[in-house]
Amino acid sequence: MNALLPGDPHLESVDRMTASHDRPPAVEVLSAEKVFANGTRGLAPIDLTIADGEFLTLIGPSGCGKSTLLKLIANLLEPSDGRLVWWRGGFDQVGQEGRRFAFVFQEPTLMPWARVEANVRLPLELANMPAAEAAPVVAEAIERVGLTAFARNFPRQLSGGMKMRVSIARALATKPNLLLMDEPFGALDEFTRNKLDADLIKLWWERKLTTVFVTHSIYEAVFLSTRIIVMAANPGRIFRTMTIDEPQPRDESFRDSARFAAYCRELSTWLAEASLPAAAGSAS
Amino acid sequence: MKPLLQSETFVRIAAPLAVGIALLGLWEIGCRLGGVPVYLFPKPSDIFASLIKHGPSLLRALIVTLRVTLQAFAAAVVLGTLIAFMFVQSRAIEVSLFPYAVLLQVTPVVAIAPLIIILVKNTQVSLTICATLVALFPIISNTTLGLRSVDPGLANYFRMNRAGRLKTLLKLRIPGALPYFFGGLRISSGLALIGAVVAEFVAGTGGRSSGLAYEILDAGFTLDIPRMFAALFLITLTGVALFGAMVVLTKLALSDWHESEVGVET
Repeated sequence: MNALLPGDPHLESVDRMTASHDRPPAVEVLSAEKVFANGTRGLAPIDLTIADGEFLTLIGPSGCGKSTLLKLIANLLEPSDGRLVWWRGGFDQVGQEGRRFAFVFQEPTLMPWARVEANVRLPLELANMPAAEAAPVVAEAIERVGLTAFARNFPRQLSGGMKMRVSIARALATKPNLLLMDEPFGALDEFTRNKLDADLIKLWWERKLTTVFVTHSIYEAVFLSTRIIVMAANPGRIFRTMTIDEPQPRDESFRDSARFAAYCRELSTWLAEASLPAAAGSAS
Repeated sequence: MKPLLQSETFVRIAAPLAVGIALLGLWEIGCRLGGVPVYLFPKPSDIFASLIKHGPSLLRALIVTLRVTLQAFAAAVVLGTLIAFMFVQSRAIEVSLFPYAVLLQVTPVVAIAPLIIILVKNTQVSLTICATLVALFPIISNTTLGLRSVDPGLANYFRMNRAGRLKTLLKLRIPGALPYFFGGLRISSGLALIGAVVAEFVAGTGGRSSGLAYEILDAGFTLDIPRMFAALFLITLTGVALFGAMVVLTKLALSDWHESEVGVET
Protein backbone atom coordinates (compact mmCIF):
# COMPACT_ATOMS: atom_id res chain seq x y z
CA MET A 1 0.00 0.00 0.00
CA ASN A 2 1.34 3.40 -0.89
CA ALA A 3 1.49 5.76 2.06
CA LEU A 4 1.45 9.25 0.62
CA LEU A 5 1.89 12.55 2.32
CA PRO A 6 0.31 15.54 0.66
CA GLY A 7 1.72 18.99 0.98
CA ASP A 8 5.12 19.55 2.52
CA PRO A 9 7.09 16.34 2.51
CA HIS A 10 9.42 17.71 5.16
CA LEU A 11 6.78 17.70 7.87
CA GLU A 12 8.08 16.48 11.14
CA SER A 13 7.01 12.93 11.54
CA VAL A 14 5.43 12.24 14.87
CA ASP A 15 4.22 8.77 14.07
CA ARG A 16 1.85 8.34 16.99
CA MET A 17 -0.05 5.52 15.42
CA THR A 18 2.90 3.22 15.51
CA ALA A 19 3.56 3.91 19.17
CA SER A 20 2.70 0.28 19.70
CA HIS A 21 4.84 -1.44 17.09
CA ASP A 22 5.47 -4.26 19.51
CA ARG A 23 1.78 -5.10 19.82
CA PRO A 24 -0.04 -7.28 17.32
CA PRO A 25 -2.36 -5.58 14.85
CA ALA A 26 -5.99 -5.29 15.95
CA VAL A 27 -7.45 -6.64 12.74
CA GLU A 28 -5.99 -8.19 9.61
CA VAL A 29 -8.16 -8.43 6.53
CA LEU A 30 -6.66 -11.16 4.38
CA SER A 31 -7.88 -11.16 0.78
CA ALA A 32 -11.41 -10.86 2.04
CA GLU A 33 -14.00 -10.27 -0.65
CA LYS A 34 -17.76 -9.98 -0.57
CA VAL A 35 -20.16 -11.10 -3.24
CA PHE A 36 -23.79 -10.56 -2.28
CA ALA A 37 -26.56 -13.09 -2.82
CA ASN A 38 -27.80 -11.19 -5.89
CA GLY A 39 -24.39 -11.52 -7.52
CA THR A 40 -23.25 -7.95 -6.83
CA ARG A 41 -19.57 -7.80 -6.12
CA GLY A 42 -19.53 -5.59 -3.05
CA LEU A 43 -15.85 -5.88 -2.33
CA ALA A 44 -12.94 -7.09 -4.44
CA PRO A 45 -10.37 -9.06 -2.41
CA ILE A 46 -8.98 -6.63 0.16
CA ASP A 47 -5.81 -6.78 2.19
CA LEU A 48 -5.64 -4.43 5.11
CA THR A 49 -3.87 -4.41 8.43
CA ILE A 50 -5.31 -2.23 11.17
CA ALA A 51 -2.50 -1.45 13.58
CA ASP A 52 -3.10 -1.33 17.29
CA GLY A 53 -3.88 2.23 18.36
CA GLU A 54 -4.39 3.77 14.94
CA PHE A 55 -7.32 5.91 13.86
CA LEU A 56 -8.24 4.57 10.45
CA THR A 57 -10.89 6.23 8.31
CA LEU A 58 -12.64 4.69 5.33
CA ILE A 59 -13.89 7.22 2.81
CA GLY A 60 -15.16 6.94 -0.74
CA PRO A 61 -18.09 7.43 -3.10
CA SER A 62 -21.42 5.66 -2.48
CA GLY A 63 -21.29 1.96 -3.18
CA CYS A 64 -17.53 1.69 -2.66
CA GLY A 65 -18.08 -0.89 0.08
CA LYS A 66 -16.79 1.07 3.05
CA SER A 67 -19.73 0.05 5.24
CA THR A 68 -19.42 -3.50 3.95
CA LEU A 69 -15.77 -3.56 4.95
CA LEU A 70 -16.66 -2.20 8.39
CA LYS A 71 -19.33 -4.89 8.78
CA LEU A 72 -16.81 -7.56 7.82
CA ILE A 73 -14.52 -6.22 10.54
CA ALA A 74 -17.42 -6.32 13.02
CA ASN A 75 -18.29 -9.83 11.83
CA LEU A 76 -21.80 -8.60 11.03
CA LEU A 77 -21.11 -9.99 7.54
CA GLU A 78 -19.06 -13.00 6.53
CA PRO A 79 -16.56 -12.68 3.68
CA SER A 80 -17.40 -14.71 0.58
CA ASP A 81 -13.74 -15.55 0.25
CA GLY A 82 -10.60 -14.77 2.22
CA ARG A 83 -10.68 -14.26 5.96
CA LEU A 84 -10.20 -11.88 8.83
CA VAL A 85 -8.05 -12.21 11.91
CA TRP A 86 -8.78 -10.34 15.12
CA TRP A 87 -5.81 -9.82 17.45
CA ARG A 88 -4.08 -12.74 15.78
CA GLY A 89 -7.03 -14.97 16.61
CA GLY A 90 -10.46 -16.07 15.43
CA PHE A 91 -13.72 -14.27 16.10
CA ASP A 92 -14.59 -16.80 18.81
CA GLN A 93 -11.92 -15.21 21.00
CA VAL A 94 -13.28 -11.71 20.48
CA GLY A 95 -14.99 -10.46 23.63
CA GLN A 96 -12.23 -11.64 25.93
CA GLU A 97 -10.16 -9.13 27.89
CA GLY A 98 -8.07 -7.06 25.48
CA ARG A 99 -10.07 -8.27 22.48
CA ARG A 100 -13.28 -6.31 22.77
CA PHE A 101 -14.85 -4.15 20.13
CA ALA A 102 -17.84 -1.85 20.08
CA PHE A 103 -19.86 -0.64 17.13
CA VAL A 104 -21.44 2.80 16.86
CA PHE A 105 -24.16 3.01 14.22
CA GLN A 106 -25.14 5.91 12.03
CA GLU A 107 -28.25 6.31 14.17
CA PRO A 108 -27.98 6.48 17.96
CA THR A 109 -30.21 3.32 18.19
CA LEU A 110 -31.21 3.98 21.77
CA MET A 111 -34.08 2.31 23.57
CA PRO A 112 -36.70 5.10 23.81
CA TRP A 113 -38.26 3.56 26.91
CA ALA A 114 -35.03 3.51 28.88
CA ARG A 115 -33.25 6.38 30.59
CA VAL A 116 -29.77 7.39 29.49
CA GLU A 117 -28.12 5.32 32.23
CA ALA A 118 -30.16 2.24 31.35
CA ASN A 119 -29.22 2.62 27.70
CA VAL A 120 -25.55 2.82 28.58
CA ARG A 121 -25.89 -0.16 30.93
CA LEU A 122 -27.45 -2.33 28.22
CA PRO A 123 -24.29 -4.02 26.82
CA LEU A 124 -23.16 -4.82 30.37
CA GLU A 125 -26.54 -6.34 31.20
CA LEU A 126 -26.42 -8.38 28.02
CA ALA A 127 -23.00 -9.60 29.17
CA ASN A 128 -24.55 -10.56 32.54
CA MET A 129 -22.52 -8.10 34.59
CA PRO A 130 -24.03 -7.67 38.10
CA ALA A 131 -25.78 -4.31 38.56
CA ALA A 132 -23.52 -3.24 41.44
CA GLU A 133 -20.45 -3.84 39.32
CA ALA A 134 -21.94 -2.10 36.30
CA ALA A 135 -23.02 1.09 38.11
CA PRO A 136 -19.58 2.76 38.39
CA VAL A 137 -18.67 1.72 34.84
CA VAL A 138 -21.88 3.27 33.52
CA ALA A 139 -21.41 6.45 35.54
CA GLU A 140 -17.86 6.83 34.25
CA ALA A 141 -18.86 6.29 30.61
CA ILE A 142 -21.65 8.87 30.93
CA GLU A 143 -19.27 11.31 32.57
CA ARG A 144 -16.75 10.77 29.79
CA VAL A 145 -19.23 12.06 27.22
CA GLY A 146 -20.32 14.91 29.48
CA LEU A 147 -23.88 13.78 30.12
CA THR A 148 -23.82 13.16 33.88
CA ALA A 149 -26.54 15.79 34.39
CA PHE A 150 -28.75 13.92 31.90
CA ALA A 151 -28.26 10.38 33.19
CA ARG A 152 -31.88 10.16 34.34
CA ASN A 153 -33.36 11.62 31.16
CA PHE A 154 -35.10 9.77 28.40
CA PRO A 155 -33.67 9.85 24.87
CA ARG A 156 -36.55 11.98 23.55
CA GLN A 157 -35.48 14.74 25.92
CA LEU A 158 -32.04 14.94 24.31
CA SER A 159 -30.79 16.65 21.16
CA GLY A 160 -29.39 14.68 18.22
CA GLY A 161 -25.82 15.32 19.30
CA MET A 162 -26.55 14.28 22.87
CA LYS A 163 -28.18 11.06 21.70
CA MET A 164 -25.05 10.27 19.71
CA ARG A 165 -23.01 10.89 22.85
CA VAL A 166 -25.16 8.37 24.70
CA SER A 167 -24.51 5.92 21.91
CA ILE A 168 -20.76 6.50 22.29
CA ALA A 169 -21.00 6.17 26.08
CA ARG A 170 -22.74 2.85 25.57
CA ALA A 171 -19.85 1.75 23.36
CA LEU A 172 -17.29 2.94 25.94
CA ALA A 173 -19.02 1.11 28.80
CA THR A 174 -17.82 -2.19 27.38
CA LYS A 175 -14.22 -0.94 27.62
CA PRO A 176 -13.51 -1.77 23.99
CA ASN A 177 -10.05 -2.07 22.46
CA LEU A 178 -11.44 -1.45 19.00
CA LEU A 179 -14.12 1.09 18.18
CA LEU A 180 -15.98 0.73 14.89
CA MET A 181 -18.03 3.73 13.80
CA ASP A 182 -20.27 3.82 10.74
CA GLU A 183 -20.83 7.49 9.82
CA PRO A 184 -21.76 8.23 13.40
CA PHE A 185 -22.07 12.00 13.02
CA GLY A 186 -23.43 12.04 9.47
CA ALA A 187 -26.87 13.22 10.50
CA LEU A 188 -25.67 16.08 12.71
CA ASP A 189 -25.16 19.73 11.90
CA GLU A 190 -21.60 20.81 11.24
CA PHE A 191 -21.09 22.64 14.51
CA THR A 192 -22.17 19.64 16.58
CA ARG A 193 -20.18 17.34 14.35
CA ASN A 194 -16.97 19.34 14.86
CA LYS A 195 -17.55 19.35 18.60
CA LEU A 196 -18.07 15.60 18.70
CA ASP A 197 -15.05 15.05 16.44
CA ALA A 198 -12.88 17.02 18.86
CA ASP A 199 -14.22 14.96 21.78
CA LEU A 200 -13.70 11.75 19.88
CA ILE A 201 -10.08 12.41 19.05
CA LYS A 202 -9.40 13.31 22.69
CA LEU A 203 -11.03 10.09 23.76
CA TRP A 204 -9.07 8.07 21.21
CA TRP A 205 -5.85 9.64 22.43
CA GLU A 206 -6.56 9.09 26.12
CA ARG A 207 -7.84 5.56 25.81
CA LYS A 208 -5.44 4.42 23.07
CA LEU A 209 -8.49 3.07 21.29
CA THR A 210 -7.99 1.53 17.89
CA THR A 211 -10.71 3.16 15.79
CA VAL A 212 -12.11 2.41 12.37
CA PHE A 213 -14.31 5.25 11.21
CA VAL A 214 -16.50 5.52 8.11
CA THR A 215 -17.40 8.98 6.85
CA HIS A 216 -18.33 11.02 3.80
CA SER A 217 -16.70 14.17 5.12
CA ILE A 218 -13.20 15.03 3.90
CA TYR A 219 -12.67 17.51 6.76
CA GLU A 220 -13.74 15.00 9.37
CA ALA A 221 -11.46 12.35 7.89
CA VAL A 222 -8.41 14.61 7.85
CA PHE A 223 -9.07 16.01 11.31
CA LEU A 224 -9.48 12.64 12.98
CA SER A 225 -7.36 10.09 11.20
CA THR A 226 -3.85 8.82 11.39
CA ARG A 227 -4.53 6.97 8.16
CA ILE A 228 -7.23 7.39 5.53
CA ILE A 229 -8.23 4.66 3.12
CA VAL A 230 -9.85 6.04 -0.02
CA MET A 231 -12.08 3.44 -1.62
CA ALA A 232 -13.52 3.21 -5.13
CA ALA A 233 -16.62 1.41 -6.36
CA ASN A 234 -17.44 -1.33 -8.91
CA PRO A 235 -16.18 -3.41 -7.28
CA GLY A 236 -15.45 -1.88 -3.88
CA ARG A 237 -11.72 -1.74 -3.31
CA ILE A 238 -8.93 0.29 -1.80
CA PHE A 239 -8.00 3.10 -4.17
CA ARG A 240 -5.28 4.91 -2.24
CA THR A 241 -4.02 5.36 1.27
CA MET A 242 -3.11 8.65 2.94
CA THR A 243 -1.19 8.94 6.17
CA ILE A 244 -1.95 12.02 8.24
CA ASP A 245 1.21 12.39 10.21
CA GLU A 246 0.36 15.25 12.55
CA PRO A 247 0.97 15.92 16.23
CA GLN A 248 -1.56 14.56 18.69
CA PRO A 249 -3.86 15.22 20.35
CA ARG A 250 -5.17 17.50 17.64
CA ASP A 251 -7.29 20.51 18.43
CA GLU A 252 -9.11 23.24 16.56
CA SER A 253 -5.84 24.93 15.59
CA PHE A 254 -5.15 21.99 13.27
CA ARG A 255 -8.32 22.80 11.37
CA ASP A 256 -7.05 26.32 10.69
CA SER A 257 -3.59 25.24 9.58
CA ALA A 258 -2.30 25.32 6.01
CA ARG A 259 -1.36 21.65 6.30
CA PHE A 260 -4.96 20.75 7.07
CA ALA A 261 -6.07 22.54 3.92
CA ALA A 262 -3.37 20.77 1.91
CA TYR A 263 -4.48 17.36 3.14
CA CYS A 264 -8.10 18.18 2.35
CA ARG A 265 -7.24 19.36 -1.15
CA GLU A 266 -5.25 16.25 -1.89
CA LEU A 267 -7.93 13.98 -0.45
CA SER A 268 -10.60 15.80 -2.43
CA THR A 269 -8.64 15.22 -5.67
CA TRP A 270 -8.27 11.55 -4.85
CA LEU A 271 -11.94 11.20 -4.09
CA ALA A 272 -12.80 12.81 -7.41
CA GLU A 273 -10.48 10.37 -9.15
CA ALA A 274 -11.95 7.45 -7.24
CA SER A 275 -15.43 8.49 -8.34
CA LEU A 276 -14.52 8.64 -12.04
CA PRO A 277 -15.66 5.70 -14.14
CA ALA A 278 -12.06 5.51 -15.38
CA ALA A 279 -11.03 4.59 -11.85
CA ALA A 280 -12.63 1.23 -12.41
CA GLY A 281 -9.89 -1.31 -12.86
CA SER A 282 -7.01 0.86 -11.69
CA ALA A 283 -5.73 -1.08 -8.77
CA SER A 284 -4.65 0.57 -5.57
CA MET B 1 -52.00 30.57 38.26
CA LYS B 2 -53.88 30.59 34.99
CA PRO B 3 -57.50 31.67 34.78
CA LEU B 4 -59.82 28.68 34.92
CA LEU B 5 -61.08 29.13 31.36
CA GLN B 6 -57.56 28.91 29.96
CA SER B 7 -56.77 25.71 31.80
CA GLU B 8 -56.71 22.88 29.27
CA THR B 9 -57.95 20.27 31.74
CA PHE B 10 -60.86 22.42 32.81
CA VAL B 11 -61.95 23.06 29.23
CA ARG B 12 -61.57 19.39 28.32
CA ILE B 13 -63.91 18.39 31.12
CA ALA B 14 -66.26 21.36 31.21
CA ALA B 15 -66.95 21.74 27.49
CA PRO B 16 -68.37 18.25 26.80
CA LEU B 17 -70.18 18.37 30.16
CA ALA B 18 -71.88 21.61 29.18
CA VAL B 19 -72.94 20.10 25.84
CA GLY B 20 -74.38 17.08 27.69
CA ILE B 21 -76.35 19.22 30.15
CA ALA B 22 -77.69 21.38 27.33
CA LEU B 23 -78.84 18.32 25.36
CA LEU B 24 -80.52 16.83 28.43
CA GLY B 25 -82.27 20.15 29.01
CA LEU B 26 -83.52 20.30 25.42
CA TRP B 27 -84.69 16.69 25.66
CA GLU B 28 -86.61 17.38 28.90
CA ILE B 29 -88.19 20.58 27.55
CA GLY B 30 -88.98 19.00 24.16
CA CYS B 31 -90.76 16.02 25.73
CA ARG B 32 -92.71 18.24 28.13
CA LEU B 33 -93.80 20.71 25.45
CA GLY B 34 -94.64 17.98 22.94
CA GLY B 35 -96.44 15.87 25.55
CA VAL B 36 -94.59 12.74 24.47
CA PRO B 37 -95.96 9.76 26.46
CA VAL B 38 -93.53 8.02 28.83
CA TYR B 39 -93.99 4.60 27.15
CA LEU B 40 -92.77 6.06 23.83
CA PHE B 41 -89.90 8.29 24.85
CA PRO B 42 -89.34 9.12 28.52
CA LYS B 43 -87.95 12.41 29.80
CA PRO B 44 -84.55 12.46 31.52
CA SER B 45 -86.38 13.08 34.80
CA ASP B 46 -88.46 9.90 34.29
CA ILE B 47 -85.29 7.93 33.61
CA PHE B 48 -83.61 9.31 36.70
CA ALA B 49 -86.67 8.47 38.80
CA SER B 50 -86.64 4.93 37.42
CA LEU B 51 -82.93 4.65 38.15
CA ILE B 52 -83.65 5.43 41.80
CA LYS B 53 -86.77 3.24 41.97
CA HIS B 54 -85.17 0.17 40.41
CA GLY B 55 -81.78 0.96 41.92
CA PRO B 56 -81.19 -2.34 43.74
CA SER B 57 -82.16 -4.62 40.84
CA LEU B 58 -80.30 -2.48 38.30
CA LEU B 59 -77.24 -2.47 40.53
CA ARG B 60 -77.35 -6.26 40.79
CA ALA B 61 -77.61 -6.48 37.00
CA LEU B 62 -74.74 -4.02 36.63
CA ILE B 63 -72.54 -6.15 38.86
CA VAL B 64 -73.35 -9.24 36.81
CA THR B 65 -72.53 -7.50 33.52
CA LEU B 66 -69.44 -5.91 34.95
CA ARG B 67 -68.21 -9.25 36.27
CA VAL B 68 -68.66 -10.94 32.90
CA THR B 69 -66.98 -8.01 31.15
CA LEU B 70 -63.97 -7.91 33.45
CA GLN B 71 -63.54 -11.68 33.44
CA ALA B 72 -63.70 -11.74 29.65
CA PHE B 73 -61.34 -8.81 29.38
CA ALA B 74 -58.81 -10.44 31.70
CA ALA B 75 -59.08 -13.74 29.83
CA ALA B 76 -58.65 -11.94 26.49
CA VAL B 77 -55.56 -10.11 27.73
CA VAL B 78 -53.91 -13.25 29.09
CA LEU B 79 -54.85 -15.48 26.15
CA GLY B 80 -54.23 -12.81 23.52
CA THR B 81 -50.79 -12.00 24.87
CA LEU B 82 -49.83 -15.67 25.10
CA ILE B 83 -51.01 -16.28 21.54
CA ALA B 84 -49.08 -13.22 20.33
CA PHE B 85 -45.92 -14.49 22.03
CA MET B 86 -46.45 -17.83 20.32
CA PHE B 87 -46.93 -16.13 16.95
CA VAL B 88 -43.67 -14.21 17.12
CA GLN B 89 -41.68 -17.28 18.10
CA SER B 90 -42.03 -18.76 14.66
CA ARG B 91 -43.42 -17.64 11.37
CA ALA B 92 -44.77 -21.16 10.79
CA ILE B 93 -46.96 -21.00 13.90
CA GLU B 94 -48.29 -17.61 12.92
CA VAL B 95 -48.99 -18.56 9.34
CA SER B 96 -50.81 -21.74 10.41
CA LEU B 97 -52.89 -20.22 13.17
CA PHE B 98 -53.53 -16.62 12.18
CA PRO B 99 -56.40 -17.42 9.78
CA TYR B 100 -58.24 -19.05 12.68
CA ALA B 101 -57.77 -15.94 14.78
CA VAL B 102 -59.32 -13.98 11.93
CA LEU B 103 -62.13 -16.53 11.74
CA LEU B 104 -62.82 -15.85 15.38
CA GLN B 105 -62.95 -12.15 14.71
CA VAL B 106 -65.23 -12.17 11.69
CA THR B 107 -67.84 -14.59 13.04
CA PRO B 108 -70.52 -12.46 14.75
CA VAL B 109 -70.84 -13.31 18.41
CA VAL B 110 -74.66 -13.26 18.13
CA ALA B 111 -74.36 -16.20 15.77
CA ILE B 112 -72.22 -18.38 18.00
CA ALA B 113 -73.59 -17.29 21.36
CA PRO B 114 -76.64 -19.62 21.29
CA LEU B 115 -74.36 -22.57 20.62
CA ILE B 116 -72.03 -21.70 23.46
CA ILE B 117 -74.94 -21.07 25.82
CA ILE B 118 -76.34 -24.48 25.00
CA LEU B 119 -72.98 -26.23 25.29
CA VAL B 120 -71.89 -24.58 28.53
CA LYS B 121 -74.31 -25.10 31.34
CA ASN B 122 -73.17 -22.31 33.64
CA THR B 123 -74.60 -19.02 32.33
CA GLN B 124 -71.83 -16.91 33.81
CA VAL B 125 -69.15 -19.07 32.16
CA SER B 126 -70.88 -19.20 28.80
CA LEU B 127 -71.33 -15.42 28.75
CA THR B 128 -67.68 -14.94 29.67
CA ILE B 129 -66.62 -17.22 26.82
CA CYS B 130 -68.70 -15.24 24.32
CA ALA B 131 -67.32 -11.90 25.47
CA THR B 132 -63.77 -13.25 25.49
CA LEU B 133 -64.11 -14.34 21.86
CA VAL B 134 -65.09 -10.81 20.91
CA ALA B 135 -62.36 -9.10 22.93
CA LEU B 136 -59.51 -11.43 22.02
CA PHE B 137 -58.57 -10.38 18.50
CA PRO B 138 -57.37 -6.80 19.05
CA ILE B 139 -55.01 -8.03 21.75
CA ILE B 140 -53.59 -10.74 19.50
CA SER B 141 -53.15 -8.55 16.44
CA ASN B 142 -51.84 -5.47 18.24
CA THR B 143 -49.43 -7.34 20.49
CA THR B 144 -48.12 -9.44 17.60
CA LEU B 145 -47.59 -6.31 15.54
CA GLY B 146 -45.83 -4.65 18.48
CA LEU B 147 -43.57 -7.61 19.20
CA ARG B 148 -42.60 -7.69 15.54
CA SER B 149 -42.06 -3.95 15.16
CA VAL B 150 -38.60 -3.94 16.61
CA ASP B 151 -36.23 -1.13 15.65
CA PRO B 152 -33.91 -2.93 13.20
CA GLY B 153 -30.91 -1.00 14.50
CA LEU B 154 -31.59 -2.11 18.06
CA ALA B 155 -32.23 -5.66 16.90
CA ASN B 156 -28.83 -5.59 15.23
CA TYR B 157 -27.28 -4.25 18.41
CA PHE B 158 -28.76 -7.07 20.48
CA ARG B 159 -27.53 -9.63 17.96
CA MET B 160 -24.07 -8.15 17.97
CA ASN B 161 -23.97 -8.39 21.75
CA ARG B 162 -24.97 -12.02 21.47
CA ALA B 163 -28.22 -11.52 23.36
CA GLY B 164 -30.28 -14.71 23.64
CA ARG B 165 -33.91 -15.12 22.64
CA LEU B 166 -35.23 -14.56 26.16
CA LYS B 167 -33.16 -11.44 26.81
CA THR B 168 -34.15 -9.99 23.45
CA LEU B 169 -37.78 -10.67 24.28
CA LEU B 170 -37.61 -9.15 27.77
CA LYS B 171 -35.41 -6.16 27.06
CA LEU B 172 -36.31 -5.30 23.49
CA ARG B 173 -39.48 -6.87 22.17
CA ILE B 174 -41.76 -6.47 25.18
CA PRO B 175 -40.93 -2.82 25.99
CA GLY B 176 -41.16 -1.96 22.30
CA ALA B 177 -44.55 -3.67 22.03
CA LEU B 178 -46.13 -1.82 24.97
CA PRO B 179 -47.62 1.10 22.99
CA TYR B 180 -49.26 -1.39 20.60
CA PHE B 181 -50.42 -3.56 23.49
CA PHE B 182 -52.08 -0.64 25.24
CA GLY B 183 -53.74 0.37 21.99
CA GLY B 184 -55.14 -3.17 21.89
CA LEU B 185 -56.32 -2.87 25.50
CA ARG B 186 -58.42 0.21 24.72
CA ILE B 187 -60.23 -1.49 21.88
CA SER B 188 -60.53 -4.79 23.69
CA SER B 189 -62.02 -3.32 26.89
CA GLY B 190 -64.90 -1.83 24.92
CA LEU B 191 -65.40 -5.02 22.94
CA ALA B 192 -65.51 -7.10 26.13
CA LEU B 193 -68.49 -5.04 27.28
CA ILE B 194 -70.18 -5.29 23.89
CA GLY B 195 -69.58 -9.04 23.86
CA ALA B 196 -70.99 -9.42 27.36
CA VAL B 197 -74.15 -7.42 26.56
CA VAL B 198 -74.77 -9.23 23.26
CA ALA B 199 -74.31 -12.61 24.92
CA GLU B 200 -76.69 -11.57 27.71
CA PHE B 201 -79.31 -10.66 25.12
CA VAL B 202 -79.03 -14.07 23.53
CA ALA B 203 -79.13 -15.80 26.90
CA GLY B 204 -81.99 -13.52 27.99
CA THR B 205 -84.17 -14.37 25.02
CA GLY B 206 -83.56 -18.00 25.97
CA GLY B 207 -84.95 -17.30 29.42
CA ARG B 208 -81.70 -17.31 31.31
CA SER B 209 -81.86 -14.07 33.24
CA SER B 210 -78.81 -12.00 34.09
CA GLY B 211 -77.19 -8.65 33.57
CA LEU B 212 -78.17 -5.27 32.22
CA ALA B 213 -79.10 -6.61 28.78
CA TYR B 214 -81.70 -8.82 30.42
CA GLU B 215 -83.00 -5.74 32.27
CA ILE B 216 -83.46 -4.03 28.91
CA LEU B 217 -85.22 -7.07 27.44
CA ASP B 218 -87.44 -7.44 30.48
CA ALA B 219 -88.28 -3.73 30.52
CA GLY B 220 -89.23 -4.00 26.84
CA PHE B 221 -91.59 -6.90 27.56
CA THR B 222 -93.32 -4.87 30.29
CA LEU B 223 -93.18 -1.58 28.37
CA ASP B 224 -91.24 -0.04 31.25
CA ILE B 225 -89.34 2.26 28.89
CA PRO B 226 -87.74 4.47 31.60
CA ARG B 227 -86.16 1.34 33.13
CA MET B 228 -84.90 0.38 29.69
CA PHE B 229 -83.21 3.75 29.35
CA ALA B 230 -81.85 3.51 32.89
CA ALA B 231 -80.19 0.16 32.07
CA LEU B 232 -78.87 1.59 28.82
CA PHE B 233 -77.44 4.54 30.73
CA LEU B 234 -75.60 2.18 33.07
CA ILE B 235 -74.14 0.22 30.14
CA THR B 236 -72.87 3.43 28.57
CA LEU B 237 -71.45 4.56 31.89
CA THR B 238 -69.60 1.24 32.26
CA GLY B 239 -68.14 1.60 28.76
CA VAL B 240 -66.93 5.11 29.44
CA ALA B 241 -65.45 4.08 32.79
CA LEU B 242 -63.58 1.16 31.18
CA PHE B 243 -62.20 3.39 28.45
CA GLY B 244 -61.16 5.98 31.03
CA ALA B 245 -59.40 3.33 33.10
CA MET B 246 -57.46 2.20 30.02
CA VAL B 247 -56.45 5.77 29.21
CA VAL B 248 -55.14 6.25 32.75
CA LEU B 249 -53.32 2.91 32.64
CA THR B 250 -51.70 3.79 29.30
CA LYS B 251 -50.65 7.14 30.61
CA LEU B 252 -49.08 5.58 33.69
CA ALA B 253 -47.15 3.08 31.62
CA LEU B 254 -46.03 5.21 28.69
CA SER B 255 -46.08 8.84 29.72
CA ASP B 256 -42.34 8.97 30.37
CA TRP B 257 -41.20 8.05 26.91
CA HIS B 258 -43.78 7.41 24.23
CA GLU B 259 -44.72 10.14 21.78
CA SER B 260 -48.42 9.36 21.99
CA GLU B 261 -48.51 10.15 25.69
CA VAL B 262 -45.90 12.85 25.93
CA GLY B 263 -48.03 15.51 24.33
CA VAL B 264 -46.95 18.70 22.66
CA GLU B 265 -43.94 20.24 24.31
CA THR B 266 -43.63 23.97 24.39
